[in-house]
Formats: sequence, structure tokens, C-alpha cells
Amino acid sequence: MEVIRSGGAQAATLSEADKVAFRARQSRARDLLRGELEGEELEQHVRDSVITTTLDKATKWAQGNSIFPLTFGLACCSIEMMSLVGARMDISRFGGEAMRGTPRQSDLIILAGRVSMKMAPVVRRVYDQMLEPKYAIAMGACSSSMGVFNNYAIVPADKFMPVDVHIPGCPPRPEAVMYGILKLRKMIQDDPTMGWRDRYKAHGTEELPPAEDGARA
Amino acid sequence: MSDETPKPGGDPAAPAAGEAAGPSHREQDAPATAGERQAAPDIADLLGGEPGGPLTAVADPPADQSGPSAYRVQEQSIDFSAQLRQVATRDDAELLTINMGPHHPATHGVLRLLTTLEGEVVRDVKPIVGYLHTGIEKTAEDKAYWKAIPVIERMDYLAYYFNAMAYVGAVEDLLEVEVPKRAQYLRVIHLELNRIMSHLVWLGTTMLDLGAISIFWYAFRERETILDLFEYSSGQRMHTRYFQIGGVAEDIPAGWEQSLRRFLVEMPKRIDQYDAMLKRNEIVLRRLRHVGVLSAEQLQAWGVTGPLLRAAGVPWDLRKAMPSSSYEDFDFQIPVGTEGDNYDRYLVRVAEMRQSLRIIEQAIDGLPEGPWITEDRKVALPPRHELATSMEALIHHFKLVTEGMRVPAGEAYHAIEGPRGELGCFVRSDGSSKPARVHVRDPSFVNLQAFGDMARGEYIADMIATLACLDPLLGGIDR
Repeated sequence: MEVIRSGGAQAATLSEADKVAFRARQSRARDLLRGELEGEELEQHVRDSVITTTLDKATKWAQGNSIFPLTFGLACCSIEMMSLVGARMDISRFGGEAMRGTPRQSDLIILAGRVSMKMAPVVRRVYDQMLEPKYAIAMGACSSSMGVFNNYAIVPADKFMPVDVHIPGCPPRPEAVMYGILKLRKMIQDDPTMGWRDRYKAHGTEELPPAEDGARA
Repeated sequence: MSDETPKPGGDPAAPAAGEAAGPSHREQDAPATAGERQAAPDIADLLGGEPGGPLTAVADPPADQSGPSAYRVQEQSIDFSAQLRQVATRDDAELLTINMGPHHPATHGVLRLLTTLEGEVVRDVKPIVGYLHTGIEKTAEDKAYWKAIPVIERMDYLAYYFNAMAYVGAVEDLLEVEVPKRAQYLRVIHLELNRIMSHLVWLGTTMLDLGAISIFWYAFRERETILDLFEYSSGQRMHTRYFQIGGVAEDIPAGWEQSLRRFLVEMPKRIDQYDAMLKRNEIVLRRLRHVGVLSAEQLQAWGVTGPLLRAAGVPWDLRKAMPSSSYEDFDFQIPVGTEGDNYDRYLVRVAEMRQSLRIIEQAIDGLPEGPWITEDRKVALPPRHELATSMEALIHHFKLVTEGMRVPAGEAYHAIEGPRGELGCFVRSDGSSKPARVHVRDPSFVNLQAFGDMARGEYIADMIATLACLDPLLGGIDR
């Protein structure tokens, strides 16, 4: 069996010693499946073929690669958000193509467009309905800073809900949105302290099941 | 979906045959059957409804508005204001009120529909708008004439060239400035590309609502091609701010024409592919035919324009009726439908895409040489090279950039045919460098009025299809 590894020309062809070691690993794996492996050999096999990690890290790896965005368009940016699903950008390369219609099934809300004073409580409620862990991206200038509409009607998203990633642009190109989502993925997988709970000093505000007296969470 | 049997009669107010309706129901029926909109109950509802009424079982908004979560309080006030008017129906009918939106994937934005259902049949639907109110008209009053173009463009966000054209046309009418022929042709090319792009997004999202997913990707593939052209000529994909007062911002760059011609060759084949997928598709036929029918008279009574009206057989198109920006130079046809159902609306829009391609082809073939913006230095910025040599040009540039142009006092209304109907912009000038009033007649807003009449008596699933074929754009409705 020929094994070709990437990384340099000399690694492309295996040395004789490597081939011997590879066959030894193969036979150990076969023995393991037969249940004939024990003692020192078993430990060697485990050292060779098992990656140890924490459950936490594995979960984050999975979470970052399967972000379910909410189908939630507000204004101009939502059209560019739709083209993110289109063939050219194809967000499904990063596991984000499963747009959910209900906040209860989604991990990420993309505030695509301007949030008006009338819409802000609705957005907040939708965000509240999402289950932890949940993330928010403010897409475009309007939901980040009111953009060109510096007037009475528009409210920036930071005023009423926590936002993890801001994407500048009016509207941002789909590439920019993709970059924002990759930033979010990096945040989920590597460094959760980049998120809003750290920035807003809001640890301990993770949502819990509603209290017994029926109060709405 | 338009089977006859399970659908209770079209008129919700009429009692079923052989059934004696009580006098109280008659009284309640009377205004509805007279065709009135029952304005008085609506206003009462907006003010909070009759206390103790059967449909007003909503908690009062808390009196204390100074609490920590003012947004929550406001949210309850929205619930409170949106009471349904009472729908008169049969005694044994069980009415169910459901709220769709403002966050709902099928409402194409942040439209909210309060729907009253009897079984699966829509008895009443009340669109509630305003969730995207941006104050664009007011913002435009605070900006110089040429600086207001970007905010105006962001109204109907699938027709940004049209928004800019209506506004710029109104200001040009006030200024009485001559737009060079080349600029007019370039405007026509971009407007028609924009129309195709808008219809493509409509096609993709509408078929998505009907459950066809793949057409969405095809439509957005072509849309990307058009957006590449926009980006090529202006630097932005959306909200390009390409139209200036007096012309266009820049001439088309080298190579743009070749890209456009490639698109013109490619696009008719793509439309043929859409037709092959959809036109005789059994699901599309059954979902769209004979659904959402409204006669031409009713549509005109509501002030509906655009593809909706043309689908009902009225060949009303402002490009023919009131040609501006050299539309009279081009040979094209107005597609009309026969019945005015959703299928006709689909056919009309697809046919319009083909006609737009014809117009673009003629415009790029006959594109005249010459300046692309007016030579009037009081209106358009002088070219960059003049600033280094001419003091006059420097002064003009300074005046335009700092203060903007002064527009003679007066009023102008400039209407063009947008992708959704008559898009008109009214500008009143008081002689200063900022508009005294800007108002836009947006077709989506006017067309949405007819939605109740289209959807009443239909299945709720057909209501979704009807809304999609109405093609409302919330950015234009709420402004």
C-alpha cells in the first residue's frame, strides 16, 4: 500500500523504515479489532492512534463548524446575506447553510440591516428566544452604528442586545460577511473570551430554565 | 390549491345558504359587505380597542415607563395596538387569529400580518407596517441635494438605481438642467439591469416560498453577474450612487461593454432555463393559477401599478406613457396578462426581463459619444484636472462640496416605472441648497393595500404565494 503524505518532496516517498512501522501499526489495529491485543502492545496502539482532548474542546470544534444562522432579514444587508447562501460564496463550506426559520433552532442571529425603534424590541425578543450558546453578528453600518441614517428612527444593535462581531460596510460584501462568520468561528473554537460576555462583564448571565413561579425568563 | 370543494364561500360576510343569520350578525355584516374598510373599528383598535370587548383580552401596558427595560414596555405596547377588527362570520365558525411576523421567513422582510383564519381559509388579513421605518425622507431634508442621493437610494433596496433616478429626475426638473444623451442612455442601461436583478431576486425568493429551492441558486448566480457589472461601473455592488444630478458619476470603464454583451448573450438562455423549469411545472401551476385574482378595476381602485396591474391586462407602463430619460428611443413591448392571478404575475415579470434585455441591447448599440454629465458647473463638479489650472473651477468645486447647489424654489414630481410600479419622487425646494420636502410614492406601499382583497377567502398557503407574487419591499414601504 502506497501512502503519500503532503509536506515536501522527500515525504512523498516513504522510507523503508516508515513502511515497516506503518505495517506494524496496521497489524496492531487488526489485532485490536479481533480482541487479541493486550499489554504493552495495546498501550502502544492507543498512544499511536488516539487523540486525547477535552470534551469541551471537541464540543467547541463541532459548534464552530455547524453554525445555524437564523433566517432574519431586516433591510438591504439581508439581500447580501442571501447571496452568502448562493453559489458563489456558498456558506455551506463552513457548515453554516442550515438557515433556520425559528430562533429556537438557531445559534447565530445576523442583524442584516437597519434596526428601527419599532423593530428593536422584536429583535431583542427573537434574540432572547434563542438557546445558549448563541451568537450575534451586526452586519452593516446601520446595525453597528446607525450608518448613514443618524436620525430619530434607527437604533444601533449594541444599545439593546450584545453583539459578538460587527461587520462594516453598507452593505458589506458577502466576502466580508464570510470573514465575519469565520471570525466568529475562531472565537467559538479558540478564544471564547473574545465574546460579549467578557467585554460587557456579564458572566453568570447565561440563561437558565424559568423559575417555578412561571416568570418568563 | 384552488380546489372548489373545501373552500367556504368567497364572501366571508355572506351567511351560508339556508342558514338564518341573526340580526346582530347582519348589523355587523353591513359595513363589510358594503365594501368599506370599517375604518371606525380600526381606529378604535389602534387607540386600544373597546375595553372589555371580546377580542381585547390583552394586558394593559404598565403605567410605570421608567423601569430598567424600556424596550420590554414598548414591546407590549405593540401587542396592544394591533387588535384585529372583528370579522363577522357564521355562528358556528371558529376564528383563529394568528400573527405572522415581523420576523417570519415568508414575509420578505419585516412585514407583520395579523391573519384571521377559519380553518385554513383566510378571513381577514391586516398588514402592519413600520418596522423598518428609517426616516429617510426626513433625513434627506437635512442634506444638500447631491448628498441626499445615498439615503434616497437605500429605500427600496432592490431598486436603488430607480430610487436615485426618481429623485435625481425631480431635482433636474427643478433645475431645468439638460442631461447629456450619453448619460441618459447609461442611465437606461443601468435601470434595466437593475430591473432584471430585482426580478431575479423576486423569482428566487418567491419560488423558495413555494418550496422550490434550486431556482434560488440559479437566480442568484445571474444576480451576481449583474452586480459585477454594477461594481465594475461604479465600485459598489449595491447602493452604487452612480446617478448624479445632471448625469452619471463616471463614464463606463474600458471593457465594461464587453462584459455587458457577454451577459446579454448569456441571459436569454438562462431565462429559457427558468421557463423550462417553472412554466409548465405542475406544482407551480397548481400553486399559482387562479390564486390571488383581483380584477383590473379593483386594482386601479387601490392605485396598484406595475407588474400586478399589467398582469390583470392593463398595459400601463410609465416607460411608454410618460417616457423620460430617452425611453422613447427604444423599441420594446409591454407584457400583459389576461386573468390577473399569480401565474400571470409570474409570466409578466419573466417577460419583462426579456424586454429589459432588448432595451439594454438597443441602448448599448446606440450609445452616443459625448459627455456623461452636464457641463453646467453650478450643478456638476468640474473635472479633476481643471482644479489645477482654473481658479473658476476651484471656486465651483468648493461651493458645490461645502454648500451644494441652490435649486430654484418650486415643486416637482418625477415618476418612473420601477420594478414594482410607479416610483415617484416629489421634491419641494425653497431656494436653498437643501430640499424643503422630499416625499416618495413607493409602489410597494401602495400595492400592499390590495393584499387584503387578494388574500381574503384564500387558503393560508396561497396567501403566502400571493404575498410573494405581490413582491413588497419593506424598505420601500416603511422608508
